[in-house]
Amino acid sequence: MRRNQVAVVGAAETTELGVIPNMSQIQLHADAALNAIADAGLKLSDIDGIATAVETPQQIAHYLGIKPTWVDGTSVGGCSFMLHVRHAAAAIEAGLCKTVLITHAESGKSMIGKPPRSTPPDSLNGQFESPFGVFGPPSMFPIPVLRYMKTYGITHEQIAMVAVAQREWAAKNPRATMKAPITVEDVLNSKMIAYPFRILQCCLVTDGGGALILTSADRAKDFPNKPIYILGTGESVETPMVSQMETFNSSRAFKTAGPMAFKEAGIAHKDVDHLMIYDAFAHLPLFGLGDLGFMPHEETGKFIADGNTRPGGKLPLNTNGGGLSYMHSGMYGMYALQESVRQMRGIAPAQVKDAKISVCHGVGGMFAASGTIIFTNEK
Amino acid sequence: MAEPARAKPKPTPETQHFWDGTAAGELRLQRCDACSHVYFPPRPFCPSCASRKVSVFKASGKAKLYSYVINHRPAAPGFTPPYAIAVVELDEGPRMMSNILDCPQTPEALELDMRLEVAFEKLDDRITLPQFRPAKG
Repeated sequence: MRRNQVAVVGAAETTELGVIPNMSQIQLHADAALNAIADAGLKLSDIDGIATAVETPQQIAHYLGIKPTWVDGTSVGGCSFMLHVRHAAAAIEAGLCKTVLITHAESGKSMIGKPPRSTPPDSLNGQFESPFGVFGPPSMFPIPVLRYMKTYGITHEQIAMVAVAQREWAAKNPRATMKAPITVEDVLNSKMIAYPFRILQCCLVTDGGGALILTSADRAKDFPNKPIYILGTGESVETPMVSQMETFNSSRAFKTAGPMAFKEAGIAHKDVDHLMIYDAFAHLPLFGLGDLGFMPHEETGKFIADGNTRPGGKLPLNTNGGGLSYMHSGMYGMYALQESVRQMRGIAPAQVKDAKISVCHGVGGMFAASGTIIFTNEK
Repeated sequence: MAEPARAKPKPTPETQHFWDGTAAGELRLQRCDACSHVYFPPRPFCPSCASRKVSVFKASGKAKLYSYVINHRPAAPGFTPPYAIAVVELDEGPRMMSNILDCPQTPEALELDMRLEVAFEKLDDRITLPQFRPAKG
């Protein structure tokens, strides 16, 4: 894909984040979509492309009253929205549509109008993982951690620092769910969920949503907000079964999507001013730093423990507080994208001064899928 | 009140040989006749070279502990926490999810790379699960 041909011209989250007991999941989609459309100064009738995950594009199009000529229902977990951005950018450049709306919403806490997740007993997951006591992401996503720690010499204290540093960022974000400061000791003494991870190393469970609007760069300058350009993109999938990953020392999907985006953007790691790495659990930023090529995996734990990603550090990471402290409705990728756009617009509550390039990296399932979007505010 | 039942696999035409194997006390894998690749989970073609000429064979049942969590909450139906959910690496190469039997479910007892051997846990007349326990000797 060519650089900077497509831009984000509308971006918004739901009016409320956290616990939203008075709205169903589809209405959360609509709330986010209407906020993004207002942010872009558009009318519903201006939207001719729609992308969403879990809910189908036809559900969201019908509910909002949109008549699209381009749809994308890619649903690969929490990074689906990174893939939607990539696909939408390609579609706009190819002339298939002009103005794309991407929506996410999840009634993750209140569970109103949320379709049940189930694993059929005759699926491969149902036959070869479910019988061994896996029960939700906390029992699966951390399975690679002990191997990763042994291979690279990473310590429990270093991984605990992920949660500590992100809480410092969350404290600067009025909309973050958890803002009280925590220490490494607090993390390592918090309630055990699935050894080696304790509750402060697991994402929150909240309600919310977000939406983005993309259009071509030549139209983007006529919108009310500063256009945020798509500089590079990447995507991949590996396996829906965490037990069948090629290795626990790395994520193949990360290693494919991340470097692809950097190559497309034509940037080096030192050019990155701001970084989002989807943190459903505390080990993901370590995998991300290594697999995206910021440093060898051996150095990721020390890099975070030394404070390089906290406020004032040289590589600001997960500046909204992340899935651990900002919010996590179940498919967090949209909120990472929203924070990247806020940082590029220069309006983030914990704004990184003069940031020009933001890398936003997402995961879907338990390392099952990945998408990376690199944004810039300069053309 | 009866204990809630644990999730039970339902074989498909492509996996039936595996579940027939565990019921007969054998851990069965597949090997590609064309490129010799050994793979899991079961399917009637090689995921490395796409050949449909593949053979089922009895694996050694020997493995080592690749990684695990010790699940405390929420517990799956039919499980009493804390219990380890492990991924074992078979000597033949493939990895599979399993529980570790006859071993304290603690970080001290569950050492990465410890030697394991297959143990069969019968759930009913149709389904026997492949599990692993610390290797003897």
